[in-house]
Amino acid sequence: MAAGLRLEKTQKHPTLTLAGEVLTLDLCGGLWIEAHRTLIVSDLHLEKGSSFAARSGQFLPPYDTRETLACLHEAIIRHDPARVVALGDSFHDARGPERMEPGDRAMIAALQEGRDWVWIAGNHDAAVQDGVGGRYAEALTLGGLLLRHEPGADPAPGEISGHLHPCGKVAMRGRAVRRRCFVTDGHRLIMPAFGAYAGGLNVRDKAFDAAFPKGFTAYLLGDGRVFTIGRAQLARD
Amino acid sequence: MRGGRSALLVAPTGAGKTLAGFLPSLVALSERGARPVKGAGLHTLYVSPLKALAVDIARNLEAPIDGMGLPIRVETRTGDTPSHKRTRQVSRPPDILLTTPEQLSLLIAHREAADLFANLQCVILDELHALVTSKRGDLLSLALARLRRLSPGLVSIGLSATVREPDELRKYLVAQTEPPLPPPFAGEGGPRRGSGEGSNDSGRDASGNNSGTVAPLSPPAAQGTLPRRGGREGVAMADLVVVAGGARADLRMLDLGRPLPISGHTAWHSMEAIYDLIKQHRTTLVFVNTRLQAEYTFQELWRLNEETLPIAIHHGSLDAAQRRRVEAAMAGGGLRAIVCTATLDLGIDWGDVDLVVNVGAPKGASRIMQRIGRANHRMDEPSKAYLVPGNRFEMLECQAALDAVEEAAQDTPDARTGALDVLAQHVLGMACADAFDAADLYDEIVSASPYAGLTWERFEQVVDYVATGGYALRAYERFAKILRGPDGLWRVRDARTAQAYRMNVGTIVEAARVKVRLGRSLRNKPGTVLPKTGRVLGEIEDEFADTLTVGDTFLFAGETLRFEGLAEDEALVTRAPPGTDPAIPSYAGSKFPLSTFLAARVRAIIADPFEWDRLPASIGDYLVQQRRRSVLPGERDLLVETFPRGKRHYLTAFPFEGRLAHQTLGMLLTRRLERAGLRPLGFAANDYGIAIWMTKDISERAAFDPDFMAGLFGEDMLGDDLEAWLDESAMMKRTFRQCAVIAGLIERHHPGLKKTGRQVTISTDLIFDVLRKHEPDHLLLAAARQDAATGLLDVRRLGMMLERIQGRIIHRALDRVSPLSVSVMLEIGRERVYGEGADEILAEAEAELLQEALA
Repeated sequence: MAAGLRLEKTQKHPTLTLAGEVLTLDLCGGLWIEAHRTLIVSDLHLEKGSSFAARSGQFLPPYDTRETLACLHEAIIRHDPARVVALGDSFHDARGPERMEPGDRAMIAALQEGRDWVWIAGNHDAAVQDGVGGRYAEALTLGGLLLRHEPGADPAPGEISGHLHPCGKVAMRGRAVRRRCFVTDGHRLIMPAFGAYAGGLNVRDKAFDAAFPKGFTAYLLGDGRVFTIGRAQLARD
Repeated sequence: MRGGRSALLVAPTGAGKTLAGFLPSLVALSERGARPVKGAGLHTLYVSPLKALAVDIARNLEAPIDGMGLPIRVETRTGDTPSHKRTRQVSRPPDILLTTPEQLSLLIAHREAADLFANLQCVILDELHALVTSKRGDLLSLALARLRRLSPGLVSIGLSATVREPDELRKYLVAQTEPPLPPPFAGEGGPRRGSGEGSNDSGRDASGNNSGTVAPLSPPAAQGTLPRRGGREGVAMADLVVVAGGARADLRMLDLGRPLPISGHTAWHSMEAIYDLIKQHRTTLVFVNTRLQAEYTFQELWRLNEETLPIAIHHGSLDAAQRRRVEAAMAGGGLRAIVCTATLDLGIDWGDVDLVVNVGAPKGASRIMQRIGRANHRMDEPSKAYLVPGNRFEMLECQAALDAVEEAAQDTPDARTGALDVLAQHVLGMACADAFDAADLYDEIVSASPYAGLTWERFEQVVDYVATGGYALRAYERFAKILRGPDGLWRVRDARTAQAYRMNVGTIVEAARVKVRLGRSLRNKPGTVLPKTGRVLGEIEDEFADTLTVGDTFLFAGETLRFEGLAEDEALVTRAPPGTDPAIPSYAGSKFPLSTFLAARVRAIIADPFEWDRLPASIGDYLVQQRRRSVLPGERDLLVETFPRGKRHYLTAFPFEGRLAHQTLGMLLTRRLERAGLRPLGFAANDYGIAIWMTKDISERAAFDPDFMAGLFGEDMLGDDLEAWLDESAMMKRTFRQCAVIAGLIERHHPGLKKTGRQVTISTDLIFDVLRKHEPDHLLLAAARQDAATGLLDVRRLGMMLERIQGRIIHRALDRVSPLSVSVMLEIGRERVYGEGADEILAEAEAELLQEALA
């Protein structure tokens, strides 16, 4: 068990403390910080479906953007945040906003109304954010927290990032369950991807070793609640 | 056939039907004399489900052709044919080409297809009974429709083992609708349509001989009348030629003279007897039902193999080179026995096999006859075979199979309704060949019997799907794969799209697999494994590998292996120390469900005490016990028993409808019991019944509410409950994935990209979830539901069962488990437990962490 973590009684959306800030791990895959009335979501990968059609002629159902926005809408209704932060890779590629349906564009505008909306730059969409409202930033500090897309190379207390799309796998009695998850060692936290078509990388992959040299705890998004799973209980792919 | 009429030739194995199929072509070609210099095109096309068979037939044809000095060129075209040869085969085609259904689809999608097939006289479809039961058969039927269009005089010859409904195959061979226009030029043959009478123009007379002919068992599946644009009422069928069976098979059940266990499928008790049989015969084929059973049987036989007889193993997971070595050794007469799965159900004739042993449940009458036919490919000698039951129920099933073989009763599956995903693939292929007019292509497609019922609206939906994905949200118009020109014709977008089609043709969607590599563990450092040092033993399904954790042991390639971890798409294993029992019970392999026909016979045997006299004494005693302690259900009844055990309450039921249908039933019953507040915890299923366990007392509930059981098993189960379950069913997601791949929504291979790794491909589960929510009527969901009716979920069979048992449920509330229920109770823990949600698994892992934290 990593330092600074307190295992809460099982609850639908568990909370933990990072750099003195209380974070609620929302079952939808977003992070709610009540003290700052801020909702953070990461790796929306909007217009991933249409990017497949444009690049390779594979016509995935073109509903991923509206599905992702519907989940976001649901979380926004629940928390009524003053600020929404999209933690990078909000669009699957730089031309994503161009391909977006007018209805989806209107949906984003409606969600933004009356809130501070921050697009953090990601590696897929570093150059965009024209015409989709909100403001644009490389990174953001919030109290003791540092919000940026990619986990930094150095230990960064209070860092919240995305980019890696963490997934945890539990294998037991001949069955395997693979779910998106939050990962933290009590110093930094990596968020799950929020996008409907976003894939996942197993947290036992070596990419996570660099970020968490001393181990981590994963918070897997179950069907009915978030589950706290230790590294030892997580299987490789 | 010489009269230019299509025909179905039904003959038992060993009758030489394959060469008979070629005779008209050989005669015609030899009469033609020297080959015309130019523009001759293909004369005869032969299609086989196995490429090895195509190659073998080519060898067998070349011998007489060379011997008689005939000016006939014979070639094969398979996935192994080098590209320069393929190119040459199109520009300078041989007289006779032997190939597979997938290669044929590629050929008809070729730009030169019209020239290549313009003079095609004859197409021969081998092992047609095996082809038509799958999506490969759908694809082949569409190719056949195209060939008939390209060469209007074409004669089709189907070669088949005995089947239940030969008329279905006869329809498959000929156009089911009149061509929309008179052919542009007259074919040289006579009338194209068969008379529909069982005429017999082969040299061998069979009409008066009953053995080996067809015994219809039940009326054909209700197909309804086929809506046809301008169709006519008569049914077009190819002629039927039946060759009588040879000597009657010498088939018996292996009876050890002592009671068999109540459950389990390994037949461990019979291994010595099987070994003795191998010793007494020249060459033995030992068939089993699953790869696990193959591994187990192989290992046990070698344990007994004091004489070190050459005994080999053959199944679909083994390394291909290894399998080829085994086949070569067999062909060379170097083996005394092969332990094998369905991979050897079809294949090249091995004349020396003088015994077939089938271990475990026979599953189906036709299936067992096909296997028996693998011995003694000679008409005059009887095939000799033993059925080896693994448990008491399998003993009943073996008896039912013996009776069926005695009567030559068949239970081959019903004719298929053509799959929509296959149709989508074909439509793209036809655009690659040439510009098409939608109405013409529709007429061509409905001439194929599996697609005869296709409506114009559905067809339009398929074309729309191929063009832009077929979504209500028209998001992909500018990326369309096929485009309709000002002339009204559809054309493929560009060469790249055509290339992508060629790279993804076919209907066999292999489960993603990982290689199994033998590593070496360091003696001084236990737990560390040197990777990449050992050889590859074969492949296991990704899905199975997913459930393994380091240290798990399992049987594979004849050894007990220890799983050491996954490295770069390879499962690293070491040899487990001698004497280690494999811990993981099974891994995905083929599991055939019990056929409806055999199931009905098993129920009939159980219901009739006079039948028990024919069974080994131990099984009769067992049934008497059941009658005393509970009841034996009548032939059409459903027995439901409830009883307490430990702290739990159990429900068992015996529909005898096969494992797949029972699994679906278990999922649905669990939902209903949950809703009734009985708190179900899980269930297990086998071919004969299911067991569900729960926290609350179900006997009490049934006593309180007499209609409870009837309601629980109500037919409305297949309504909302089924729909709700399909949302989250892993089986449904797997079914959808196959449809998505075949229909080209997801490409297995992509031009310009090397092999796509697991990370590159997008998860079809995510696509399924989004599509279901936003466009539940989409073509691919319709295709997946159609598959679910008969495939992994077997919903149709479940529906038939629910209909059968209405008003015939016999419920017994017992104070302890009955003899019958013990059999299915023993499946608990042996098989995977279904009905556990993801959250239960996660909660268990979470609890482990909590314990650690509190320790």
